[in-house]
Amino acid sequence: MAGLENWNWALDGWIVAAGVLCAVASALLGNFLVLRKMSMLGDAISHAVLPGLAAAFLITGARESVPMFLGAALVGVLTALLTEWIRRYGRVDEGGAMGVVFTALFALGLVMIVQAADQVDLDPGCVLYGAIELTPLDTVELGSFHVPRVVVVLSIVLAINLLVVVLFYKELKLTSFDPELAKSLGINAQSMHYLLMTLVAVTAVASFETVGNILVVAMFVVPVAAAYMCTDRLATMIVASSLFAAASAVLGHIGAIVVPRWIGYRSTTTAGMMAVAAGFLFGLAVLLAPRYGLLVKLLRRRLFALRILAEDVLALLYRAEERTPDEPALARSQLRQQLDRGLLARRAAYAWLRRQGDIRRQRDGYALTEQGRRRAQSLVRAHRLWEQYLETAAGLGERHLHENAEQLEHFTNEELRRRLADETASPRTDPHGAPIPPESQR
Amino acid sequence: MSTPMAAAAQHASGDRDSAAPGALPLSIYDLTVAYHSKPVLWDVSLDVPPGKLVGIVGPNGAGKSTLFKAVMELVPRASGRVLVFGKPYRQNRRRVGYVPQRESVDWDFPVSALDVVTMGLYGKIGWCLPVTRKYRQAAMKALERVGIADLAHRQISHLSGGQQQRTFLARALVQDADLYLMDEPFAAVDAATERVIVDILQELKSAGKTLMVIHHDLQTVVDYFDYVVLLNMRVVAAGTTAETFTSENLQKTYGGKLTLLDQATEAMRRSEGSR
Repeated sequence: MAGLENWNWALDGWIVAAGVLCAVASALLGNFLVLRKMSMLGDAISHAVLPGLAAAFLITGARESVPMFLGAALVGVLTALLTEWIRRYGRVDEGGAMGVVFTALFALGLVMIVQAADQVDLDPGCVLYGAIELTPLDTVELGSFHVPRVVVVLSIVLAINLLVVVLFYKELKLTSFDPELAKSLGINAQSMHYLLMTLVAVTAVASFETVGNILVVAMFVVPVAAAYMCTDRLATMIVASSLFAAASAVLGHIGAIVVPRWIGYRSTTTAGMMAVAAGFLFGLAVLLAPRYGLLVKLLRRRLFALRILAEDVLALLYRAEERTPDEPALARSQLRQQLDRGLLARRAAYAWLRRQGDIRRQRDGYALTEQGRRRAQSLVRAHRLWEQYLETAAGLGERHLHENAEQLEHFTNEELRRRLADETASPRTDPHGAPIPPESQR
Repeated sequence: MSTPMAAAAQHASGDRDSAAPGALPLSIYDLTVAYHSKPVLWDVSLDVPPGKLVGIVGPNGAGKSTLFKAVMELVPRASGRVLVFGKPYRQNRRRVGYVPQRESVDWDFPVSALDVVTMGLYGKIGWCLPVTRKYRQAAMKALERVGIADLAHRQISHLSGGQQQRTFLARALVQDADLYLMDEPFAAVDAATERVIVDILQELKSAGKTLMVIHHDLQTVVDYFDYVVLLNMRVVAAGTTAETFTSENLQKTYGGKLTLLDQATEAMRRSEGSR
């Protein structure tokens, strides 16, 4: 692809590694943020740690990792605490409380950084948007290798997050799902909450230099939301979200190089494209997820409608046989009049029934096969039993019998038919006088 | 059914030498609970005798759920003392099983019915340790008892309301407690589930457990419970169903609001607000 011919593993490789580490570390925690409906608290914390960061810069006068993390973790927990207090005493809901806390702290942090910028090598833009492209430039020596400092820091953070999620999996799951049961069992939901918030703050700080503190929330939430579309199991969701996160990072960097060239620009920021890629993957998940995806839902609905229509065709053919045993087939024009559906749907239903061997072509129409007759018999039996039941047991007026039975017949299995027959004293005819066929013999 | 029961009882007596002999399952002295300085429970005193199926009845906002939460220290107590089998709740929490209201959790949470039941065992399993086969089998047995073992691996939003309630009941069963606190287990369940719950309540009672059940349907109180607590911010009456569940007591609980108490509360709130 255009642009990738300049790919350099020593540079691009490290950038992708930093992106993957950052995205996966965030997504691991994001699972619990999303499930606790606290995505926005993650956002709030990642913004609010700014003054902690700035204070660490101002005090130490350099970009030292340890004071930075301490300051950030402190402010992170402070954000969670302040939010809780304001919610309790400030007459606003949690969203409002967060809005108060994080905007105030974020603004304070910005002011401090702008002040500090004269003395300290600190670029506000870099804090906001990250500088993942600079990853390979700042290295530390590990044995005989030169490894980017950011990669080392993010690896440590990822390891901590992974350790906590694996070790406290049970506790995180229970306190997220049912904090009251947790408390009643002696598992302190409050301490799990603050542990999670501390890790969110630490991860947000570690991600500053890669994706910046505005886009880090995308890494907390979007891959997780995509994974939530795809599965019903927490463990699977955590693994899937990590994979989506890693994929966002890889696609993001490639996309940053390749995509702008399609429209005639030079390459763009990787951090931005990582968030875009995550959004793109989420879009795919919404469309294609195996159970809750739009496409599957649409397909399921279509298949269902087709089944109903096919069964209606069978029942119509059965009734035609009843009326005129010598002329059992119905012409397509007759079927069209009685089926209130379009040409394509009818064709699909005919094709499906023929493939299944339920109907066969006869002159300009269709007739039942032996197998189709058995299925049709069950349907008509269900229909007429329902009419009988609805009249005798439910006391429904004659005018409404047919339309109700017409729907119910599609959801009536042999067991239910037997019970209907029992309840209505096994009648031989329905309320309109039509014979109720017996259960078909196989 | 008798075998697991007996085993459970044996387990209980072996494991729980902490039980002070003769201590009541639950003793509450002068309990007051307030939300935002508005009292919800006011000077509640209550002794629950062992081995009884106790119905807790009262109008909305009477503090029934709060009573449970105060017992389990989920809400702060303004004053008063609660003893569970003669000890503070913290020292005896293993002996209490809790069934919260069904609406209290998010049923879209990505867990299966079996996962939810297993959660009842987390206290026993201990911090950081994994859920092993032994525990999953115990959870499966509890699901069998409530009759939905075939749905064990279904995500919980795909269960009907009655099946969700049974899942919660199974979760309390694996807790293998001696005192059960159940918050409206009969709310909006189908007839089949209602029968299953009644049967299990009876089974637990005959195994010597004490059950406290918040209940809304006054029609069935006499059939289901042999002991009732009529609650409306304070205990209006408590005792055997035959003696206590009278129209006069019901009138006191539901009708004629606690006018004087309400007035005092209102005045208190106003003065709080004006400060």
